[in-house]
Amino acid sequence: MFNTLRTLLLTALHAFHRRATVQYPEQQPYLPPRYRGRIVLSRDPDGEERCVACNLCAVACPVDCISLQKTETDGRWRPEYFRINFSRCIFCGFCEEACPTYAIQLTPDFEMGEYARPNLVYEKEDLLISGTGKYPDYSFYNVAGIPIPGKERGASERERPPIDLHSLLP
Amino acid sequence: MHALALLAASVTVIGAIMVITRKVAVHAVLYLVVTLLALAALLVMLGASFAAMLEIIIYAGAIMVLFVFVIMMLNLGQPDSAREKEWLRPRAWLGPGILAAIVCAELLYCISPLSGSMPSLASITAHDVGLSLFGRYVLMVELASFLLLAGLVSAFHIGRNRMENR
Amino acid sequence: MTSSALLTIILTPLLLLALATLLTWVERRLLGLWQDRHGPNRVGPGGMFQAVADGIKILFKQDWIPPFADRDVFILAPAIGMMTALLSFAVIPITMGTGIAGDLNVGLLFILAMMGLGVYAVVLAGWSSNSKFALLGGMRAAAQMISYEVFMGLALLGVVMMAGSFSLHDIVTAQAGLWFIIPQCLGFGVFLLAGIAETHRLPFDLPEGENELGAGFHTEYSGMKFGMFFIAEYAGIVLVSSLVTTLYLGGWRGPLLPPAVWFLLKTGGMVAFFILLRASLPRPRYDQLMALGWKVLLPLSLLNVMATGTILMLRASL
Ligand code: SF4
Ligand code: SF4
Repeated sequence: MFNTLRTLLLTALHAFHRRATVQYPEQQPYLPPRYRGRIVLSRDPDGEERCVACNLCAVACPVDCISLQKTETDGRWRPEYFRINFSRCIFCGFCEEACPTYAIQLTPDFEMGEYARPNLVYEKEDLLISGTGKYPDYSFYNVAGIPIPGKERGASERERPPIDLHSLLP
Repeated sequence: MHALALLAASVTVIGAIMVITRKVAVHAVLYLVVTLLALAALLVMLGASFAAMLEIIIYAGAIMVLFVFVIMMLNLGQPDSAREKEWLRPRAWLGPGILAAIVCAELLYCISPLSGSMPSLASITAHDVGLSLFGRYVLMVELASFLLLAGLVSAFHIGRNRMENR
Repeated sequence: MTSSALLTIILTPLLLLALATLLTWVERRLLGLWQDRHGPNRVGPGGMFQAVADGIKILFKQDWIPPFADRDVFILAPAIGMMTALLSFAVIPITMGTGIAGDLNVGLLFILAMMGLGVYAVVLAGWSSNSKFALLGGMRAAAQMISYEVFMGLALLGVVMMAGSFSLHDIVTAQAGLWFIIPQCLGFGVFLLAGIAETHRLPFDLPEGENELGAGFHTEYSGMKFGMFFIAEYAGIVLVSSLVTTLYLGGWRGPLLPPAVWFLLKTGGMVAFFILLRASLPRPRYDQLMALGWKVLLPLSLLNVMATGTILMLRASL
């Protein structure tokens, strides 16, 4: 009996508390930089696509919503198409963790409402951004020992020049 | 006033007929409720609004709800309404029906309500009811309370035995 | 019958319906206030037209009658609920002169009768839906509402004894000196609890019991038929609140302000209290509810009747 009345009083006093609700469209909530929202494909500092079409993200994805096809130009691998079905994506971030090139990244943006489901399938053109995303200085080809036009074998960071086997005499 | 009273009376009679001809038990109970409400309207017109309200509260509001409650528990289905239909053959109701019609006609003839003006009725208040209940009829009230007490005790007894057997 | 009386008869139910609809919004805003959130605040000023939006939505919903239901009774049930709730308002005296049916000399009994008939709405809805959850809800409703009607009537006996009349006007007049809430505090408590149970409002909403019975007796209802149950429930809240005001809080009496304003203020306060109950209390178990009724409220209300009777007799003999 007394407890019940006390409950009533306490609830009534809540009328003078601050409201916890964020009035969303007018009042944007703070999203931390590592928030897992809409997925983007980022570019190297020199403007090339970072994705090397290794398919690791597609393998890591628990709901299999990434689909891509590899193609090759001038010794650089790149995706021919890259498709994420956001109506299935659960924004777990596994793809970002799996990616060796920091190409695929999740961004603090969740406003992706659509009236038709097929509109939630994003193609590469929709996903690619012009910047580097969260890792401004990283470029995969600068650290990987793969020759591309403009970078000979052995020119990567912390890579010694290749050894001419024919000069190795006892 | 006559027309209203006749309307209520005919609703009562029609409702009662519907009660005995329904095949689904709940429908019958609902028609019984309608009959009781029409009776209450008649009582109001006769000046006994206290009795009318008590009738609605106790009969329509409580006892009939208990009827519906019991019928809900019984879970009557298709076979039951088929059996009811079987029982509603003319052979079953013709005899009693004729007898009832004769009695009804006789009653109508005797009271012949349509002739003469309506006598002005003194309304019967709760005060009057209380006085007569605990004045003239106090013995009846006490006897009825004995009966109810016995019913209460036996209901309690039955309920308690069930609990122990479990 | 004068034309103004006819107008009152036509306008009052419409007004009540509007009020009940508005109340859905008020309730949600107040619940929000007490739960540190906002509640509907988008449509119209302060979200006021949310009720209208909901009404339009529910009107255009598919009104589906399940094929296994007992069609006639299924349609009848919400109508009964609505009708009894609205009819009860006929005898509520808002001020000295107003009140639709005027001063009925058995006004209080009339309201009790209408509440008794209101049980049918819930019970028949439960039965005619022909589904297990609805049936369970209907049976709970039958047992709960019939039991609490008893305590409600017994609690009201104290008021009737003090006022010496069933007429609501006389009851308010009898509270000229002292509101009945003070001499009848026991009866007030019992009546309040019984009123909550009778309108099957939270915390006594066992016939609905969302988390155990789906939606209880109106599980199978959709569209406006469900809407009618909804509106009838809110009309029931207003009814019980105005009854409490009339019977225990002195009705239209109060200093300075005009009588109608006092009545509305008191009723509004009671409605807010009902919503506060919903905001703060959990639902008891079914057997707890019945035990509370028969083991606590019944003795209390009988005690109240006996004490009131004794005191009145003593005072009369002095
Ligand atoms: S966030 Fe998770 S679900 Fe979405 S694409 Fe990446 S791995 Fe798949
Ligand atoms: S986004 Fe990353 S993980 Fe996926 S294919 Fe491209 S490089 Fe590989």
